[in-house]
Amino acid sequence: MKAAGIDIGSRTVKLAVVEGGVTILTRKALTSHDPLEAVRTLIRGVEYDVIVATGYGRHLIKGHLDCQVISEIKAFALGAKAIYPACRVILDIGGQDTKAISLNNTGEMSKFEMNDKCAAGTGRFLEIMANALSYTLEEFSRAALSAERFENINSMCTVFAESEVISLTAQGALRHEVALGIHRAIVSRSIALLKRIAPSGEIFFAGGVALNECVRVLIAKELNRSVVVPPDPQVVGAFGAALHAATQVNEENFRLIVRGITT
Amino acid sequence: MASLYDRVRNVPAVATRSLLWNPAQKVAAGFFITQEVSMSDYKQMWLDLGLDLTAHDGLLSLLGQAYQDIFLSQKNRPEGMKYFDFVMSEVHGLRVKELMDAKAEGRKVVGSYCVFVPEELILAVNGVSVGLCAGAEFNFDGAEEVLPRNLCPLIKSAFGFKRGLVCPYVEASDIIVGENTCDGKKKAYEVLSPMVKDLYIIDLPQMKSDTGRILLREEYRKFMTKLEDSSGKKITVETLKKGIEITNAKRRAVKRLADLRKADPAPISGIDALLVNQVFFYDDPLRFTGSVNALCDELEERVKKGEGVFPKGTTRMLISGCPMAVPNWKVPFVIETSGAVIVGEESCVGERGTQWLTEDKGNTVDELINNITDRYFKIDCAVFTPNPSRVDHVKEMYNKYNAQGVIHYSLQSCHPYVVESGPVEVALETASIPTLRLETDYSQEDAGQLKTRIEAFRERIQAR
Ligand code: SF4
Ligand code: SF4
Repeated sequence: MKAAGIDIGSRTVKLAVVEGGVTILTRKALTSHDPLEAVRTLIRGVEYDVIVATGYGRHLIKGHLDCQVISEIKAFALGAKAIYPACRVILDIGGQDTKAISLNNTGEMSKFEMNDKCAAGTGRFLEIMANALSYTLEEFSRAALSAERFENINSMCTVFAESEVISLTAQGALRHEVALGIHRAIVSRSIALLKRIAPSGEIFFAGGVALNECVRVLIAKELNRSVVVPPDPQVVGAFGAALHAATQVNEENFRLIVRGITT
Repeated sequence: MASLYDRVRNVPAVATRSLLWNPAQKVAAGFFITQEVSMSDYKQMWLDLGLDLTAHDGLLSLLGQAYQDIFLSQKNRPEGMKYFDFVMSEVHGLRVKELMDAKAEGRKVVGSYCVFVPEELILAVNGVSVGLCAGAEFNFDGAEEVLPRNLCPLIKSAFGFKRGLVCPYVEASDIIVGENTCDGKKKAYEVLSPMVKDLYIIDLPQMKSDTGRILLREEYRKFMTKLEDSSGKKITVETLKKGIEITNAKRRAVKRLADLRKADPAPISGIDALLVNQVFFYDDPLRFTGSVNALCDELEERVKKGEGVFPKGTTRMLISGCPMAVPNWKVPFVIETSGAVIVGEESCVGERGTQWLTEDKGNTVDELINNITDRYFKIDCAVFTPNPSRVDHVKEMYNKYNAQGVIHYSLQSCHPYVVESGPVEVALETASIPTLRLETDYSQEDAGQLKTRIEAFRERIQAR
């Protein structure tokens, strides 16, 4: 039985298909201005028996795919737990959201926090800042890591921070030091969320921003806690949704069997 | 008074379904059985009150649409809600007409922004009490011309309405009562003062101490004199007892409604129950009490038959926090379209405002004022410090209504509730009560994010 999960994020759409608990396929695409079309393209030709949607576009897709939906918070919790069973604290930084999730001893979701409604401290923020400094995303993280000191960024508002960055560079500030300042600003936001939900313990770091080495290093250093990034951090949500889909089918089968016995 | 009540009871179901906000459209849809007031009468009334008709039309059509989408689209609504649909559709029409008629008879209309303003006293001078709190992001630009941006939306909304000249209740008020609760309101009244004809401020204590209680009693005495002076009527034991009786009856009715929500399946949606609690502040008190009791009779039958608005076993949420004024329906709507049902409101538009009755025994006005003071002194608003009884009350409601989680609702920039939400969350989670803290304003832009949080919270509860 093949179970699929699709995670419709603000920036990217992710698909994962699992069979017997093992991932057999993953795909990614940009969400673009037409998320529905992006989803259609992504699932074209993919075989699955059941699908569950998650991510901010989940309700948009629900009617079109005739599928169940779960929140991305639950999806990340399920995915993270399966990938790294010891994990009790999850940080997910995506395109427009930052989430910190804590799990209880049995691995069930217990608390979560999300960033406020603006894009401050999310993937989108990093992208815009990289752009303002004329870096690619990879260069951006590497440059920041190479800096010995940093320029302080005071504003967390994307618009103001961008003009702050521009004026800093105009005043002759070094590009990589500004880059480190930006990374520190993002990290301070995530740390506040993490401290609120789980003051200690290892952190499982997922979402697109987990690909950024500098963010990972800074979080580990600031909190003095180890930070684990899975091999493909972007698909954790889609994977979690697929796992949920698999259980749904089992339950349904089970109900059919029970009904068969009792009638 | 009875005519409106009777009329709505006779309205055919179809008419209610196609309810339209604009009275002209409503008349065209044959809503009235006997038509006493025509659209042009309303227009004239609004003009006389000094409203800006264009802006007012805009507001009404906005409200009408929201009402359609949020309330009339619900399934399995109790028949008794028709009365409230009607009141809401006439909130700027017939109800205002009633206020104008009362004024013509020499009665005073007293508007207020807080449940610390005792309705008993207003009724004792045969006055009409109306709530002025506002719940829409309307004319914030106008509000921000005189107030800072980062102020609680409830205050900004009140100013937006006032400066945009769209609220007939504000314009019809002979006296507007402010109160020293949060700093935002307290200082905003200074800005409001030159814009209205008679602003009266009640000082409130900030601690539940003996001196605090004395202050409250003295302030209520002064307020009584103020009401007597402006109405030319003396408050007597009889009139005050009458005021207490009417107000208590209204509270008993909403308490009865609250009680029926213990049932699973819930016989009424949370958003409809919230609406009833909102109408509490506007409607004629006797008619309101009758309508709530009629609704409760119907709900009792539903509970007996095990009927409800959502399937049995739907996740049950309790809301706790800032008041939700009309038409602030965003969070309850998101909750109830995310697979959960709201079974109670620990809020001033809800149990914090209505759970206590006023003791009616006493042989002098002084004794009755003491009773009133005792009653209001129990209100556990977050402007008090410390405020431990509020958490106790949330826990009590959680158990009483068989809730499974608490959603703490704060308006952005409302310092009393936002600050208190931290300790409240800790206290509830320590007692194994799942708690979700939300902070939001009147805009719609965070609806998607709220939905994600609320769904995840429901999933968390279901996994327990
Ligand atoms: S929350 Fe406090 S200030 Fe607001 S209405 Fe209630 S008692 Fe008054
Ligand atoms: S919601 Fe909070 S800030 Fe706003 S008026 Fe009420 S107590 Fe004051």
